[in-house]
Amino acid sequence: MNASLPLADRKAGDASNSLVHVAAEQKRHSGLVRLTHWLTTVAFFALLVSGGEIVLSHPRFYWGETGNVNERPWLNLHLPSSRDTVPTGYGYVLPDQNGWSRYLHFQAAWLAFATGLLYVLWGIFEGHFRRNVFPDSSALSLKELGGSMVRHLRFERPGKEEAWSYNVLQRLSYLLVIFVLFPLMIWTGLAMSLGFNAAFPLAVRLLGGQQTARSLHFIVTGLLALFVLIHVVMVFLAGFRSRMRAMITGRADSPRE
Amino acid sequence: MSEISRRKLITTGIAVAAGASGIAAGAKIAQRYGLIPPDSRGLYGPGETLTYAAQRLLGRSAKAREFPASQISANPFANEVDPLGDDFKRLQAANFVDWRIAVDGMATRPTSFSLAEIRSFPVSSQMTMIGCEEGWTYIAEWSGVPLSYILDRVGALPQVRYVIYRSIQKDWWESIDMADAMHPQTIIAHRMNGVDLPVPFGGPLRLRVPRQLGYKNVKYITRLTLTDNLKSFGKGLGSAAPEGGYAWYAGI
Repeated sequence: MNASLPLADRKAGDASNSLVHVAAEQKRHSGLVRLTHWLTTVAFFALLVSGGEIVLSHPRFYWGETGNVNERPWLNLHLPSSRDTVPTGYGYVLPDQNGWSRYLHFQAAWLAFATGLLYVLWGIFEGHFRRNVFPDSSALSLKELGGSMVRHLRFERPGKEEAWSYNVLQRLSYLLVIFVLFPLMIWTGLAMSLGFNAAFPLAVRLLGGQQTARSLHFIVTGLLALFVLIHVVMVFLAGFRSRMRAMITGRADSPRE
Repeated sequence: MSEISRRKLITTGIAVAAGASGIAAGAKIAQRYGLIPPDSRGLYGPGETLTYAAQRLLGRSAKAREFPASQISANPFANEVDPLGDDFKRLQAANFVDWRIAVDGMATRPTSFSLAEIRSFPVSSQMTMIGCEEGWTYIAEWSGVPLSYILDRVGALPQVRYVIYRSIQKDWWESIDMADAMHPQTIIAHRMNGVDLPVPFGGPLRLRVPRQLGYKNVKYITRLTLTDNLKSFGKGLGSAAPEGGYAWYAGI
């Protein structure tokens, strides 16, 4: 695979054409990638905010099937709560925001699910994953991985070819998010639902219980939030204007530059 | 405007029109098959409708998970309730012998049952989980008369689509569709873990609907109303929950 192929260009296979020429014609991100990227962004922040609000009504986490204030949590966030039944040690109770938070959480979850489904199906059939996300086997050698890691740790700005393609660490982290963390989020979320668990009891049994599902949902939230944080930092390091332009208009280079 | 973008515009226009009419037709069919919740209007209506319709299509008669006795919670948590009024305290002082539950609405034999009658009806037991919308859970053994038995006994009319149930606590009322009302695990519980249902857990009578969250499992119930339409009750959103900002359907 030619690492300098534009991400959205499947027909330029023979184009060892000069990058400059390709840059003028081709897009870095296809329309579907841009659309699903921003829909996912909206859904993610809606889920994060509403999920945080819901956690405040019981900021304690348990393993197994059951957990409540009469049981010992493995994790107590020591945050003020929106319920006076939770012993927090704070002398006050936050206002109850669970009504709209739960409505918004599930609506945003549907948006994230539909967007993810569209992206994954398109990515498989159109070849986006094979071309742009799965790393080359040559890039998976220890030497290559180590080199990429060192460049990241030195905060080196990406080379020109990375304006067109994802580097190996990027590819691995996107793979983790798309095929591991995102599906885990949906699975652990559904495994908290009494109605869903009635229809598909194996989903929660395989996880080890309803409260375990809730704990894992919280942990994976942390991992996804960490990914988003690093993702945004990397966008700034790589050049905020050019990367934002690429994800909004699809073009990597502005004619003005 | 170039040829390509014009063609794109026309194709997009046709696709949008087809999509819109598809959604309209789908909504009609969904309404007929009872896949639209009463709080389906408003900002969060689409998400609510998708959740309710998906659960009704994928698991209409699915049973809530049952657990072995070894998994029953040693210290179940009775969530707090608003202060119980004088009516309740008077009945409690007499050990609830005068507690009654009325059944009205679309029934051929509307009636009212005493607590003793309810206790004399066939008993169904279940070891199930109760989950609160806040995130906590416990497992207990609940026993009581199946709601379907009561509906048969009063001669529920075939056009009944919802059962409304009310607490002795003012302003606490909920409703469920027939998928839950006729479900074998939906019971009017009067016992918990082998004893008469304790007051903190909803005694003497609590509607137990284990496929939905705690707030649909109303404590201290005194009245059932059978109806084919929820519009004329309260603000027309189906129950007290959506009036307070919470979803009517609580299977998630």
